Amino acid sequence: MLLISCPWCGEREETEFHYGGQAFVAYPADPESLSDEEWAQYVFFRDNPKGDFAERWVHSAGCRRWFNTVRNTVTSEFQS
Amino acid sequence: MTVEDLRRSPLADYPGVTEIPFLTMVDVRVPPAGDAAARISARLGGPLPVVPNSVVQAGARHILWLGPDEWLVVGPDGDSELAGMFPEAVDVSANRTTIEVRSRDLLEHGCTVDLHPRAFHAGRCAQTTIARTQVILWQTSDEPVYRLLVRASFATYLADWLSDASGS
Ligand SMILES: [Zn+2]
Repeated sequence: MLLISCPWCGEREETEFHYGGQAFVAYPADPESLSDEEWAQYVFFRDNPKGDFAERWVHSAGCRRWFNTVRNTVTSEFQS
Repeated sequence: MTVEDLRRSPLADYPGVTEIPFLTMVDVRVPPAGDAAARISARLGGPLPVVPNSVVQAGARHILWLGPDEWLVVGPDGDSELAGMFPEAVDVSANRTTIEVRSRDLLEHGCTVDLHPRAFHAGRCAQTTIARTQVILWQTSDEPVYRLLVRASFATYLADWLSDASGS
């Protein structure tokens, strides 16, 4: 059983959560000026590091709030 | 046929499971520190709790923390005043029914929240899953007595599971 720490509810079982992908992907400042390739990069392409990765999660079966966290993609250990 | 005849709880004919049907429930979403929260607290006669997963009693009603800007106010059956008490109240009474359980051992068969008294006690609530179905788990007394607020359409499933897990 993997415990994930919700910033509101504390540690809960992993099955209460859903994954939301990479965190801090900024919306383009001027979307109109993007080429198709740049737009595709923004929409579809994400980092895939071996190690620490900033991610979005949602406590979907609990308080239903989104939060950012850092997870190690090798060990699945969460920071903070 | 009267309206009373049409009222039918999902576990009305279910033996061996204690249902508390037709509790009045309203969902409230406002910023936790602000004029609206203060006005609602004054109206209810109790503060909107800011400690996650805690419950405040206000007369015959209870205010459950559901999120940093969301609460569930639970009143008795027939609390018709509650739904129109303030404009932020959304009547969700028909969303869930309530099952009362008096055994921690029984819940621990299907619940991953730590229910030991050092971690969970009267006045605490948690949105979690029991036997894979989503519930609001609320401890009302240290005997212990728990309430499971479960979606009406999942009530017989959860009642089946509780009956099975209690060995009856
Ligand atoms: Zn949470």
